[in-house]
Amino acid sequence: MPTTFAAPLEPSFSLAERLAGLTSVSACYQCKKCSAGCPLTFAMDFYPDQVIRLALLGQEAQVLGCRTIWVCSSCETCTTRCPNNIDIAGVMDWLKEEAIRSGQASPQPGVTGFHQTFLDTVRLAGGRLSEPLLLGLYQLRRGGTLEKIKSGALVEDLRMAWELARRRRLVPRLPHRLKGAKEIKDIFKKSHLQATQEKP
Amino acid sequence: VNVSYYPGCSLEGTAIDYAASIGGVSSLLDLTLTELDDWNCCGATAAHSTNHELSLALPARNLALAEAAGRDVVVPCALCFNRLKVAEKALKGPEGAHLGIPYGGDIKIWDLLDYLTQEAYLKELAPKVVQPLTGLKAVGYYGCMVARPPAITDKQDAENPQNLERLLQVLGAEPLDWSFKTDCCGAGLAVARPDIIDTLVQRLYERALRAGADCFVVSCQMCQANLDMPQKRISKQFGQDYYLPVFYFTELIGLALGHPDVKKWLAGHLVDPLPLLERQGLI
Repeated sequence: MPTTFAAPLEPSFSLAERLAGLTSVSACYQCKKCSAGCPLTFAMDFYPDQVIRLALLGQEAQVLGCRTIWVCSSCETCTTRCPNNIDIAGVMDWLKEEAIRSGQASPQPGVTGFHQTFLDTVRLAGGRLSEPLLLGLYQLRRGGTLEKIKSGALVEDLRMAWELARRRRLVPRLPHRLKGAKEIKDIFKKSHLQATQEKP
Repeated sequence: VNVSYYPGCSLEGTAIDYAASIGGVSSLLDLTLTELDDWNCCGATAAHSTNHELSLALPARNLALAEAAGRDVVVPCALCFNRLKVAEKALKGPEGAHLGIPYGGDIKIWDLLDYLTQEAYLKELAPKVVQPLTGLKAVGYYGCMVARPPAITDKQDAENPQNLERLLQVLGAEPLDWSFKTDCCGAGLAVARPDIIDTLVQRLYERALRAGADCFVVSCQMCQANLDMPQKRISKQFGQDYYLPVFYFTELIGLALGHPDVKKWLAGHLVDPLPLLERQGLI
């Protein structure tokens, strides 16, 4: 009878070392208080304590490719309650940024695409967010319009947009051009450069 | 008192009703909110999720503007407040020099609810109440970002804030105790994962009802949107006819102090609060 064994785990401390500038994941003693208080666990593949454990063990592919980092709502409950002061929500952010930088395909393309479209909108609009532009661009970028029409989701979206528009809460306007538009442009340029470079 | 005011992007858009009520309330008090000239987006969740550098540099520019204006800055949006506080800590710490934005750190960053519930304002408010909100059973819902994490927000009572309740008492309403006042509504996942919002928010409805509440009172426009906008959808999905209006605390100040525009502000809601207020004889 063939016996299968899980591949032996090969721990690597390089990920924990790279995270050290942010927080010390090695301080985790697995009390799981982060996961106990996390309101989003129902939508996650790994619990927050497991992400910290996997990061500590250097399981880079697993933590960069997991759904958890993208469905985390950044409510900061874990970071607030960690008895060892591990910035768990900060680790989630670090992993998201690193996942994008390393070209890892997101298991939650809708969430990742929303963040990216949000920032593109702020940049395009010259420094402040235009909500109508964000919603329009996001719909275009995400695609799946045909499925949304079929499922009735698009009608729901449009109904909501109309409800907001008639209350003057969703009004397309020309973007307000800031005096500091050039500064904003430079901030985006500089930070984009930083984000595409490998982290120390 | 004259303070700087950083409204944030959504108060020019989907939360324009919140902005109107804030303007209305400040006109009733000894308070001048001077909008920070040339402010920019704080980067919100999108920036801190995908680009650390950007998530500091965008709010840092606003702090530099606020410092140049020379007054404390008051922020109505919970997330903007949080991002400005994160940038404040970064600018004062080792990352500060690297950001290349001059900031001495001599001004204070306030979230609007904290600012308006200082003892002095509560004392100023009390005698101005012309329409006590008698019988209005409300749960205060603070959400996440004004309080957490305390190392950033400098709040002592992150797990159980009390200032909304204190304010509601001054206004004559009946604030109810519940354990979910700082639970998450799902915030920025509303567009990409509305199903997550539905799960989280339906729990909040159930818990609020169990506490005996007729309504929510909030200080964050993202919380307001997530509790108010999908209420019909959630009702349908869970086979329950939820009716829980979601007030901004500023709207209730306006109502209690007799501001003439209250009905206009409330017309921005998707869950119409008027039936509740009429039932209680408050409007």
